[in-house]
Amino acid sequence: MPEFEPIIGRYLRISVQGIPYRIYFEEAGSGIPLVCLHTAGSDGRQYRHLLTDSEITKSYRVLAFDLPWHGKSNPPAGFQDREYRLSTQLYTDTIMTFCRAMELRKPVVMGGSMGGRIVLELALRHGDELGAVIGLEAADYQQPWYDTIWLHRPDVHGGEVCAALNSGNMAPHSPNESRWETLWGYMQSGPGIFKGDLYFYRVDSDFRDRVAGIDTSRCPVYLLTGEYDFSCTPEDTLRTGKKIPGSRVVIMERLGHFPMSENPAQFRKYILPVLDEIAGKKK
Amino acid sequence: MVEKLAELVNGNPSVVFRGRLVTTEVQILVGKDEYRIKIEEGRIAGVEEGPFLMRPCSITVRASAEAWGKFWQLYPPPGYQDIFAMTKKGEAEVSGDFRLLMQNLRYFKELLEAPRKLAKEGRHA
Repeated sequence: MPEFEPIIGRYLRISVQGIPYRIYFEEAGSGIPLVCLHTAGSDGRQYRHLLTDSEITKSYRVLAFDLPWHGKSNPPAGFQDREYRLSTQLYTDTIMTFCRAMELRKPVVMGGSMGGRIVLELALRHGDELGAVIGLEAADYQQPWYDTIWLHRPDVHGGEVCAALNSGNMAPHSPNESRWETLWGYMQSGPGIFKGDLYFYRVDSDFRDRVAGIDTSRCPVYLLTGEYDFSCTPEDTLRTGKKIPGSRVVIMERLGHFPMSENPAQFRKYILPVLDEIAGKKK
Repeated sequence: MVEKLAELVNGNPSVVFRGRLVTTEVQILVGKDEYRIKIEEGRIAGVEEGPFLMRPCSITVRASAEAWGKFWQLYPPPGYQDIFAMTKKGEAEVSGDFRLLMQNLRYFKELLEAPRKLAKEGRHA
């Protein structure tokens, strides 16, 4: 007997801002839709442990899609003649188009890092369409710690340097195998993609003046950050949470910037109660 | 700790392999103590303790003895597990040839983190 995992992968045709895309996504489970957003310069594989966790998939339909230019979602035709740059508007449009095309009713949207940043915007602008948002390593703003000029140039290997920059942004307790698997995602990113994502993250998404407008009675907000994240620090998340009345902040021990992939067993202890709470409210 | 770098790096073939294109001299400052690390194709060819007078080097990494002490623990406290976590906090400073550093970032990070192996083996001085 073949040893299959419960994950099913498919391609979806959508059009975002008038440009056609072929989007790859994976899903497992049934129940409340839970859309998972990967970090900058990586892809949906980061969520493979959630997708295979029966404790989660018994009440959630977990979906993880690769953004265009990432993973198995190709860049658009003509990509070779333009520089990839993600913006707040493009990111928002892509996620909402995916949710609508999939006919998901009141999905919970969970994102890591830049995915955690965009869920704040989603809660603000599209809160009525969503069941809740969960920001992993999320804040309305954070201080940069390196120059993105090193990420896309012929004299430095993009995959190697993106992985090496991220290597220490995980907890030292996280299993070696999971840490390296997380870095493998960064090693595989196309040229300039991590840099293009960081355009959204660093330049186009300073939400410090916006997050106070989020209405958590329309769309509950959960923010979970690892104590070892020095990119989006616990202080960044706590500061953001204070500005959003009714939001819940959890600081996770022994986790860093990639909780879902760097140490799935440890992350589970924190995400299960949150998902149970959201499912309980829906009943 | 720095004086044990040759043993730690040269005894780890995967680190040496990562640095196979690196031949240079770098400087590590532990408080006021100055060390020069001579690297030849990823292997540590020598570690010398200063002072040095206007001797060139490609990259300098500087932190207090206390900060390095935390960095070299097997499980460093949050904010001390990565050299850039320390530079962001203002606990360390990296300067010099950033192109060489970024071209071989994983190698240089593993070189700096190599003394953690001593903590694992209970050999911390």
